[in-house]
Amino acid sequence: MAAMAFADIALPRELSPGERALRRLLRRRGAMVGLAVVVFFVALAIFASWIAPYDPLATSWSAVRKAPTAAHWFGTDEIGRDVLSRVIWGTRASLLAGLVSVGISLAIGVPVGLLAGYVGGWVDMLISRITDAMLACPFLVLAIALAAFLGPSLTNAMIAIGIAATPAFVRLARAQVLAVKVEDYIEAARAVGNSDWRIALRHVFPNIVAPVIVQATLAIAAAVIAEASLSFLGLGQQPPAPSWGSMLNTAKNYVENAPWMAVWPGVSIFLLVLSFNLLGDGLRDALDPRHT
Amino acid sequence: MSFILRRLGAIVPTLFFVSVMIFGLQQLLPGDPAIAMAGEERDPNVVAYLRGKFHLDEPLPVRYGYWLKGVVQGDLGESVRIQRPVTELILEKLPITLELAGIAMAIALVIGIGAGIVSAVYKDTWIDYVANVFALWGLSTPNFWLGILLILLFAVKLGWLPASGYVSPFEDLGENLRSMILPAFVLGNALAAVLMRHTRSAMLQVLSSDYVRTARAKGLDERVVILRHALRNALIPVVTLTALQLGELLSGAVLTEQVFSIPGFGKLIVDAVFNRDYSVVQGVVLFTASAYIVLNLLADVAYVLINPRMRA
Repeated sequence: MAAMAFADIALPRELSPGERALRRLLRRRGAMVGLAVVVFFVALAIFASWIAPYDPLATSWSAVRKAPTAAHWFGTDEIGRDVLSRVIWGTRASLLAGLVSVGISLAIGVPVGLLAGYVGGWVDMLISRITDAMLACPFLVLAIALAAFLGPSLTNAMIAIGIAATPAFVRLARAQVLAVKVEDYIEAARAVGNSDWRIALRHVFPNIVAPVIVQATLAIAAAVIAEASLSFLGLGQQPPAPSWGSMLNTAKNYVENAPWMAVWPGVSIFLLVLSFNLLGDGLRDALDPRHT
Repeated sequence: MSFILRRLGAIVPTLFFVSVMIFGLQQLLPGDPAIAMAGEERDPNVVAYLRGKFHLDEPLPVRYGYWLKGVVQGDLGESVRIQRPVTELILEKLPITLELAGIAMAIALVIGIGAGIVSAVYKDTWIDYVANVFALWGLSTPNFWLGILLILLFAVKLGWLPASGYVSPFEDLGENLRSMILPAFVLGNALAAVLMRHTRSAMLQVLSSDYVRTARAKGLDERVVILRHALRNALIPVVTLTALQLGELLSGAVLTEQVFSIPGFGKLIVDAVFNRDYSVVQGVVLFTASAYIVLNLLADVAYVLINPRMRA
């Protein structure tokens, strides 16, 4: 009878850690605004060919450096191209650079950091010294040097940024593995006869994912600025293909006569980077409640 | 002392790997490095000269040995374009960038630490909110864009400051400062944001500690509590961070110097990249990395010196 009474009481279902983190994230207004802006830019990049009012490469000698009008909302550039269309198409280069370069950093940095932290010994020593050496070169200087030797192009800029950002992920993954591998559940996994590979991939790796996601989100923001910087210096996306950085490089020569050329690509970089920073901060708070 | 010696010992392998990495950059050049370095003309005499000069017919480890021997003796190679030693070029351009970085650092310290203190003291008020917005702005604004906007406002619209160029302080100190204010502010902007965030978080931690509560309980003036008791301890991690950020300033200077046409260290590497002057690129990266490693060491030593608990 008593057992039946207990069975009738509807207990609320306990939320999984992932669901709790998602709820915390949804409560962070800054992170949600950041996410909305990121989604907006992703939509711009995907649907650029439908949204952009003009061909971003089409020149018009009758519309050189025209101030914003109803026909050209953001004005035109030094050879009569529509700035709005170029800003919309430039979203592709920036987002692609952010995602691909951080993808490269993750693909190299996390397994190497996992290896260093889990295996330890001389492997860890060697990897740590190489990581220190890479971290000793300021991020942008290393990216410039790599892009210089690889040759100027968007692909090479993404590779350069990805390689330059890798040591931060190696160090993070290694530190997390060192903290996780002394936990009781790892000891238990070893005691029941799991192989090292299985322990590293099935038990250690899932527990280092949260800080890696946070770092990756913030790294995308840094990569977007880095791509814009390399393109500004002429080492990224090559003209005439649109990129926010190369648009600013051209715009700096026309600040006096056509200031609108400099405004919108910069605003776009600022908004996209700010959004990834807000999202990264929100994810950090949501995934690591101790941080708040 | 033993700590310093241990730290000195640890930088040797790091410097070794830095040298290997920077030497390895040359291997990324597609095709024959001598042809790539010879430029568009590909003059066979120049190619042969470069092949002999860089020992390109020798095995890789031997080439690295030759290169490292030169580096240890302060010989970073020679600029292929302007036929001058790379070390000489770096030493010529470095003071300009150091001046820019020094003024930028001063601006960042005043704004960043000031905003950090105010933000912590007035936590959760509109002042704190504004300071946090400022930090997010600083961290998210590309400095080359900020530079263009400031040129537009202060040089083009208002005409108060020069848009670009550099005047040596030995020629005209006033003009030198006028030409440095905008680039230094642009360079210091992001650093100010980083310093603000760290100062705020360190101050919040210190302000909730027992000794600050004791200082308040014994009736000390709030200004004395904040400036003499809280700030002195909160600044310890900020000092370390500041030293480390000098390396980032050198990095940021690359873009700032490009926007404001300042003939410094950053412009040297960009010009070298476009002139395919790879010895200069390697030299600048090696110098920057070495400077960063030394600054890192100094930051650690400073941390021990100013933190009595670390000396025990």
